[in-house]
Amino acid sequence: MVDRIAEIWGTRTPYPKDGLWPVRVDQALDATVTEGDVDRWVQSACVLCSNGCACDIAVKDGAMVGIRGRAGDLVNHGRLGPKGLFASWQGMSGKDRLTRPLIRENGRLIECDWDTAMDRITQRSRQLLEERGPLSHGFYTSGQLFLEEYYALAVLGKGGIGTPHMDGNTRLCTATAAAALKESFGADGQPGTYADIDSCDAIFLYGHNMAETQTVLWSRVLDRIAGPDRPRLVCVDPRDTEVAKYADVHLAVRPGTNLALMNALVREVLANGWADREYVRAHTLGLDELRAAVEPWTAEAAAAVCDVDAAGIREAARIFGTSSRVLSTVLQGFYQSAQATAASCQVNNLHLLRGLLGRPGCGILQMNGQPTAQNNRECGADGDLPGFRNWENPNHIAELAALWDVDPLTIPHWAPPTHAMQIFRYAEQGSIEFLWISATNPAVSMPELPRIRNILAKPGLFLVVQDLYLTETAQLADVVLPAAGWGEKTGTFTNANRTVHLSDKAVEPPGEARSDLDIFLDYARRMGFTTLRGEPLLPWAGPEEAFEAWKECSRGRPCDYTGITYDRLRGGSGIPWPCNTANPEGRERLYEDGIFPTDPDYCESYGHDLLTGATAGPEAFRAQAPGGRAILKAADYRPPHEEPDGRYPFRYTTGRTAYHFHTRTKTGRSRVLTSAAPTAWVEISPDDAGRLGIREGDLVKVTSRRGRIEVPARVSDIRNGTVFAPFHYGYWDQDGAPAEHPTAANELTITEWDPVSKQPVFKNAAVSVEKISDATGPAPAPTTTASRPAAAAGPRSIRPTAGGKDAEATERVGGSPPRFPDAVRRGPQGGTP
Amino acid sequence: MNLKIYLGMLRKAEQTLAESFRQVAAGHAAEPDVHFLCHTLATQCEEHSRLLLPVVQRYGEDPSDNEPERIHAEGLSATRQGPVGLLRDLQDLYLLASLVDVTWAMVKQAGSALRDRELLDVVSRCDGETAVQLRWLQTRMKQAAPQALVVAR
Ligand code: SF4
Repeated sequence: MVDRIAEIWGTRTPYPKDGLWPVRVDQALDATVTEGDVDRWVQSACVLCSNGCACDIAVKDGAMVGIRGRAGDLVNHGRLGPKGLFASWQGMSGKDRLTRPLIRENGRLIECDWDTAMDRITQRSRQLLEERGPLSHGFYTSGQLFLEEYYALAVLGKGGIGTPHMDGNTRLCTATAAAALKESFGADGQPGTYADIDSCDAIFLYGHNMAETQTVLWSRVLDRIAGPDRPRLVCVDPRDTEVAKYADVHLAVRPGTNLALMNALVREVLANGWADREYVRAHTLGLDELRAAVEPWTAEAAAAVCDVDAAGIREAARIFGTSSRVLSTVLQGFYQSAQATAASCQVNNLHLLRGLLGRPGCGILQMNGQPTAQNNRECGADGDLPGFRNWENPNHIAELAALWDVDPLTIPHWAPPTHAMQIFRYAEQGSIEFLWISATNPAVSMPELPRIRNILAKPGLFLVVQDLYLTETAQLADVVLPAAGWGEKTGTFTNANRTVHLSDKAVEPPGEARSDLDIFLDYARRMGFTTLRGEPLLPWAGPEEAFEAWKECSRGRPCDYTGITYDRLRGGSGIPWPCNTANPEGRERLYEDGIFPTDPDYCESYGHDLLTGATAGPEAFRAQAPGGRAILKAADYRPPHEEPDGRYPFRYTTGRTAYHFHTRTKTGRSRVLTSAAPTAWVEISPDDAGRLGIREGDLVKVTSRRGRIEVPARVSDIRNGTVFAPFHYGYWDQDGAPAEHPTAANELTITEWDPVSKQPVFKNAAVSVEKISDATGPAPAPTTTASRPAAAAGPRSIRPTAGGKDAEATERVGGSPPRFPDAVRRGPQGGTP
Repeated sequence: MNLKIYLGMLRKAEQTLAESFRQVAAGHAAEPDVHFLCHTLATQCEEHSRLLLPVVQRYGEDPSDNEPERIHAEGLSATRQGPVGLLRDLQDLYLLASLVDVTWAMVKQAGSALRDRELLDVVSRCDGETAVQLRWLQTRMKQAAPQALVVAR
């Protein structure tokens, strides 16, 4: 038994380069249950981060009582992290689950039956469609639903109502990944695979605290590091993360300066002749522009802007330029920062310049934050069109119209689909009057919360919220719909390396809760959305029919699912798309041949100017004659718009801890996870704390131009001049609204977004910090992660984070590791441990 | 040489455009993308104007433009309000930027005829940026128009 709160990544299973990552099956069961008591194990995958670890859910007496990793799955080889082990099933069974619909009467939410709730929704919806038209409707979803649910919503929103106002909180977590892939390669689609960790000589983690955001993926890296021929590691992060601890080079850049660093790395690679001239000539466009853009960015120039050592930049560039196989991973440190798309494109550029793509160990992982974010991108319930189609390409619109049998004019394509921040702006201005929010919590997760709360509470806005619990957002709704969640419904979803998993229904949802798919189908039925022939627009009875319909939509597109069935997904490993006649077992890596989806008739986007977000347009794109070549996109660095000044002298950045996800809707209902990181804190460096007279655990006030939080200080090894707050801590477990001491990190963040991806800038704001009162104990921050107390702070009595008896899990090492494509071929017999 | 008249016009137009971008940034601060980007683009225009200065000085300033302006490009006197106001302000910026754009094109023609490398250098550093400004304004207006013209109250 291992305490998996104390040991986040579990026991090491070292392996060598080009070896197979050993199997280790992790399992946690309710303390009252033994393995023999379990009635059945039901196949699923974890939905608490984008890693997508395959698992089986333990069911006893109709309840979820535990979980076990699937040994035969390509993603996790049996492993699970703390969130998967504990929150995935414990988070579903909180006493306060919503079991009946609620409607607002005289200002209060009261219980009602489904007919009453749905009538209220359809009445308002119909009335607005008649009086104001489709642009009065907005839908804001999640990175938590299943593929079938996104697709249903995309069809009803884009083909039924015809509103461009659909997005997900995927905008907050993954929009830049998609944008950078589209800009460089012409379409979305993860080039690399997790298996590239097995074969690489160097790993670059750009703003990616993998140790906390995808703990199982980090276990794979740790096992390589513990092996005989560890890869070199380069970490770009302002905090002293676990990743930084193992890094050969740690570039603790000033938040907001990523592009300066990236331009310097590109420049070094070019200047030292490390580029593969032949590959660049045959497979890319735009070298001259790129060379010109990076020319001013010597290592010294970047060092001055980023406040890091020029020698460190040169060494990082040398590792990139001279290692034969490099894997790069990118996440929120880049995506939620200034010039997000431009900086992330430079990661693609580095790989293109060296031709490090499509071979084992040579990969790019533009990561996702949330578990099913990928499907929102694919299905087009966010700011994309289904099947990675191009809104500027009339033929793509015609394809969708033919597939759905609707008038092409119904499908909004006169401008890009409206991004989340703009949807909320239209709601603020009163032109969106009907907003339907599913499985997400903008009242805690969006920037500048005082503003967001005002918008959600606006009397003129009809707000529908569909969730598991009465979240901060649901409390402001006009109608609340109780949703069935993970383990209570069937559906598929796709992780950050394109692997599709099936999650089967294990238990009945509580009370009258219904799956999101059922709710959307019910709404479509009641609204009477029909095809041109007069048939129901969404004729599906359940998830499998929706999946089959989606397969048709994906046919011939980069995310081709046509070779996948529910049956194929049962028993074996998840399958990486594209899966079709040409790739019957799916495909591990994209772009082995250096042919990219930039054909103007096929591509998902004609690209943008990275500084302004101006669209290039079809003519200009065609004129470059991309012909399957990737595009080396370039941009000059600009300082972030809000920089520290006399009044707000610190840079403020936000992020996650290993023990929680999003706004703690599930993780906050797991006792072991909650005790590991119970309440909010802010991290400050020893120097800064010393100057301000702040000691470990002191209550401090952090203020920006937008608001304030008041939380205990953790004196940690964050870079000087920067403070960090975790973004998980809203108010549902403390009366629903900010009280005397607000804790939500987004009280302070700025309403601003990247011009191309429209992803909000959560990782750069200017704040002031002051002490309010003396500590009553150490800050409630974990000691096992980047929030650990500073080494320089000397001896102290901070109890190490541990979980005790309830956090014990078994780890069974052994068995033959799955490999692609055998693991997929093995099918129904294999796989189960 | 009449080129100096055009150079003077161009500098003035860039300055006017810069001021107008700043004005729209201030007037529509509740649209963060417009706000921040207009400041960035204003700085770009000022930089264009600065780059032009040595060339202007070489050819000599000629404020006595003896071709009277028939169309007055005086910049925005004040910004408007609300979604339609935003659209119209962006459209005004578009007109000003178009004037700048076409003036760069004429100056480039003259520069080519004169084989004035310094001038052509300045043009090549600036005219692409002006083109992007126009494209951004169009992108943003196309995005805003349906909501502003169809459903905004
Ligand atoms: S790494 Fe992510 S997907 Fe895997 S168990 Fe942890 S939270 Fe779940």
